[in-house]
Amino acid sequence: MNAVETLLLTKFYGKSRGINEIALTVAEGDFFGFIGPNGAGKSTTIRILMGLISQTSGTAKIFGRDVGKTDVLTDVGYMPSEANFYHGMKVREVIKYSAELRKRDCTKEAEGLCERLELDVNKKISELSLGNRKKVSIVCALQHKPRLCILDEPTSGLDPLMQREFYAVLKERNAEGATIFLSSHILSEIQKYCKRAAVIREGRLLFCDQVENLVHTNAKKIALSGIPEPPKINGISNVENDGDVVRFLYSGEARELLNALAPLPITDVNITEPDLEEIFMHYYKEDDRDNS
Amino acid sequence: MTILKHEIRQGRNSLIIWTAVIAFMLGVCILIYPEISKQMDGLSEAFANMGGFSAAFGMDKLNFGEFLGFFGVECGNVLGLGGAFFAALAGIAALSKEERGHTAEFLLTHPVSRQNVVAQKLVSVIVQIIILNAVAVGITALTTIMIGESPDIKPLTLTFAAYLMMQIEIAAICFGISAFIGSGGLGLGLWLAAAFYFLNIIANLTDSAEFLKYITPFGYTDSSSIIADGRIEIKYLVVGIVMTVIGIGAAFWKYGRKDIS
Repeated sequence: MNAVETLLLTKFYGKSRGINEIALTVAEGDFFGFIGPNGAGKSTTIRILMGLISQTSGTAKIFGRDVGKTDVLTDVGYMPSEANFYHGMKVREVIKYSAELRKRDCTKEAEGLCERLELDVNKKISELSLGNRKKVSIVCALQHKPRLCILDEPTSGLDPLMQREFYAVLKERNAEGATIFLSSHILSEIQKYCKRAAVIREGRLLFCDQVENLVHTNAKKIALSGIPEPPKINGISNVENDGDVVRFLYSGEARELLNALAPLPITDVNITEPDLEEIFMHYYKEDDRDNS
Repeated sequence: MTILKHEIRQGRNSLIIWTAVIAFMLGVCILIYPEISKQMDGLSEAFANMGGFSAAFGMDKLNFGEFLGFFGVECGNVLGLGGAFFAALAGIAALSKEERGHTAEFLLTHPVSRQNVVAQKLVSVIVQIIILNAVAVGITALTTIMIGESPDIKPLTLTFAAYLMMQIEIAAICFGISAFIGSGGLGLGLWLAAAFYFLNIIANLTDSAEFLKYITPFGYTDSSSIIADGRIEIKYLVVGIVMTVIGIGAAFWKYGRKDIS
């Protein structure tokens, strides 16, 4: 069964675009990354899934049920991009309120999470830093062990050590069968943890694939020392030159590249897989060219 | 019940302050009555003959020298206006505060239907209003006994019932507005309560503006008719009940389909 499934999902705010015909499928058990710059439509999509706003057209389903219905949320844990709670309440009270709203006793799980995230439950919400408010949000989203976790920019505001712990928790949950759906604009994060990813830009879905496939394209990242510019063959793009080293992306036959390099006075060679970020930028540039 | 409990806990401080201030003023006013009534013999007539001023506060029909007459005017201003302000604030904040504080994203992403949220918040507002009025009744009873008055219970009961209904109506109207607005609104609530109060004064002043009593819930709380005639003006009350139902209905209708920003 699919944890999340949207078809032609469209949202307009008055006349301004939110998202346009998004078709997204996230299988149960997936660790899914939703990537895009700010304002691309990530939060709009997520807010429709959570039933906070209704779509202009198209459909969205969670575990086969239409979003917007209350019982859909029973299986979902949600972490909004901004963690806001009721003033005057203590961390412990907020976490308990969240569990009570779900009619569940999650005391044990909540305690475990608070310990791992080093969250002091006796503090008042108003005393917390952004990072610590995020932690409260994480506990509220995970304490009932949901089948699907929808996390909107979960790591912003968390320090690197906490980010690592947070992802460790998510990976455990994922190993236990939970589906993780998270949005981010930090590609390295997605590349490191997600199995599949979708890229959204200006309200449209650009692509959706295994993170592995996105990274393992034909393109290789090449760095050469000793020559000022790359050889003149097809398939070379994104050339950068910083003094001694020339870097570029190459997508083509390896033999052709090696033949072209053989006669050149090269002192050092480095051939690596490009990271998601470079592919992403590459894709964006292409998209811009298509548009212009 | 979870949200109801949470709401009452969240509103506790505000309720305590409003109740304490209203109860204190009510109590003080009643306690000074014996003092006033002593000096009232000649004054009562003067109060009733101040033309527009007397009419505005219903003093032309009430005998200020009698306890019930005094109570009707004084109570009208303390419990009526104070309670109306509290009801307006509680009603208008009930739904809109979740969006203003960005806590709607927290609350509404739990498996609780919007209708359920609206219902529990509405009950919490009404419960708070009932608590405030119960304390007001208690203080009135206590201080009345203390000064040795034993007024007729029926007009007193009707007066409190009318005030309770008036506060619930104002809360319901503000509650309906609360579902439409995303944030703010506190000023609007206070303004609305004050406007209703002044509409009633205008209606008291001139006969040509008497239709305003249909609009303002203060129309049926007018102690002059409750205490002088021994009944609540049904035609105004019916309009008030209709307004209450519309306010509550609008809240359920709008909040159920609203995009939360």
